[in-house]
Amino acid sequence: MQPDISVQHLSKVYGDGFQALKDINLEIKRGEIFALLGPNGAGKTTLISIICGITNLSEGKVEAAGHDIVRQYRKARQSIGLVPQELNTDSFETVWNAVSFSRGLFGKAPNPEHIEKVLKDLSLWDKRNNRIMSLSGGMKRRVMIAKALSHEPQILFLDEPTAGVDVELRRDMWEMVRKLRENGVTIILTTHYIEEAEEMADRIGVIREGQIILVEEKDQLMSKLGKKELRLQLQSKLDKMPGELTLEPIELSEDGYELIYTFDSQQEQAGVARLLRTLGDLGIDYRDLQTRESSLEEIFVGLVHE
Amino acid sequence: MNFYGVRAIYNFEMARMKRTVMQSVLSPVISTCLYFVVFGSAIGSRMGDIDNISYGAYIIPGLVMLSLLMQSISNASFGIYMPKFSGTIYEVLSAPVSYVEVVLGYVGAAATKSVILGLIILATARLFVDYEVLHPFWMVAFLVLTSVTFSLFGFIIGIWADGFEKLQIVPMMIVTPLVFLGGTFYSIDMLPSIWQTVSLFNPVVYLISGFRWAFYGVSDVHIGISVGMTLVFLTACMLAVWYIFKTGYRLRS
Repeated sequence: MQPDISVQHLSKVYGDGFQALKDINLEIKRGEIFALLGPNGAGKTTLISIICGITNLSEGKVEAAGHDIVRQYRKARQSIGLVPQELNTDSFETVWNAVSFSRGLFGKAPNPEHIEKVLKDLSLWDKRNNRIMSLSGGMKRRVMIAKALSHEPQILFLDEPTAGVDVELRRDMWEMVRKLRENGVTIILTTHYIEEAEEMADRIGVIREGQIILVEEKDQLMSKLGKKELRLQLQSKLDKMPGELTLEPIELSEDGYELIYTFDSQQEQAGVARLLRTLGDLGIDYRDLQTRESSLEEIFVGLVHE
Repeated sequence: MNFYGVRAIYNFEMARMKRTVMQSVLSPVISTCLYFVVFGSAIGSRMGDIDNISYGAYIIPGLVMLSLLMQSISNASFGIYMPKFSGTIYEVLSAPVSYVEVVLGYVGAAATKSVILGLIILATARLFVDYEVLHPFWMVAFLVLTSVTFSLFGFIIGIWADGFEKLQIVPMMIVTPLVFLGGTFYSIDMLPSIWQTVSLFNPVVYLISGFRWAFYGVSDVHIGISVGMTLVFLTACMLAVWYIFKTGYRLRS
């Protein structure tokens, strides 16, 4: 199937000579949720701004919904809705007018039923006649999402959608994103909150210093790069690591009551069995054991610090 | 052509005028009325006629021009500067609108406001001074042409400005002196010849002279030159706007 977003050899050099993006290649499939992760200043917002038409590209080619963003900018931009990072709103306008304005701007005939539905879905209906300046930060964020959805886009960009948003709104937003995806909307989100990507994304891209360093299915990424950890709570204190265990990637906790064994989740599980056998042979008893997988956050930190 | 897009921008800007009716309509009308009261009725009765036109009537075209230029510039510059300042410009930049459509929306709305304002001022002037309009077509043509030209000029200032001060500098420091020295209150013929020559470098002279010709059939410079100069300035503004969008100057990095 044709990708919804196709980025080929994209580079961006700003006027002051700063190279924000270096030869980016990326394809985003229709109907998926793609999370773009990266530290501050990695180029996430520049990449989004170029695809949405806010920033000019220096080199390369970008297509949105099959349309070149430069030569067929009308069709390309019509297919995109953008929720930017900053809370930029027309303070003096009412919610209804601001959202209706966005729909017109994107070339769609007025459709009060659609606007009503969007406002209701985002719990903004009661506020429709309020001036935006009178709304709370979370409500303003909802208005920005409503504006982006006003023209029924095929692709939705959410640039740090939950930055500074309370837990309730964050849950609401995740729910909304899932519903949109069910309706076939492609969603690209950038985020600092790894749990967000972990919770939502189908695929994850990591950008660092203007380069995409990895694109993976989330589950594969977690299993490929994820470390597993086995913790054994011991019956009695160990004063030092037994010599038989020093070859294993194993540590003894400071209090001497816990052994921590880390292993790649892809690696054959024989390591665990061997360890447990060795402990049995040495007569080391344990009360309890737990295993856990490393989170995406740990994977991410590992990647960007490589 | 994104008709709905142009309409959205246009209506948005017109709604802004309705919200700020005190500032954008009432205040220029009142200040122009003050000129009529002071220079038209009070002092005007003691002044001699110029070109056989009573002084009160003589200054009307110039005063309308003063409001027209100031308001066109300030409406259009605010219209585009505010989204830049508040950050909402992202939406226009990411929308499927061409730059011609963006200009049609913003400049069209600003020019409409100016034309409405000009007509209100003319109607109000009638309460204080008796005047006639000899060439109504040309009067309206000058009104529209000047509004469009200076709304474009204001649009350029709004894009160029990176602070509120710069928005004010051009209308206050440049346009106001040019209007006052451009023959609003006197005929250029009344100046010593050296100053007559200097005045010809003031573009506003041509606007006021042409506009006054439409009212009374008298002018400081030939009407053809007035129309020509207005069109030159209009073209210059259009070229500047074209350059701005082509290069993305202060809009798209």
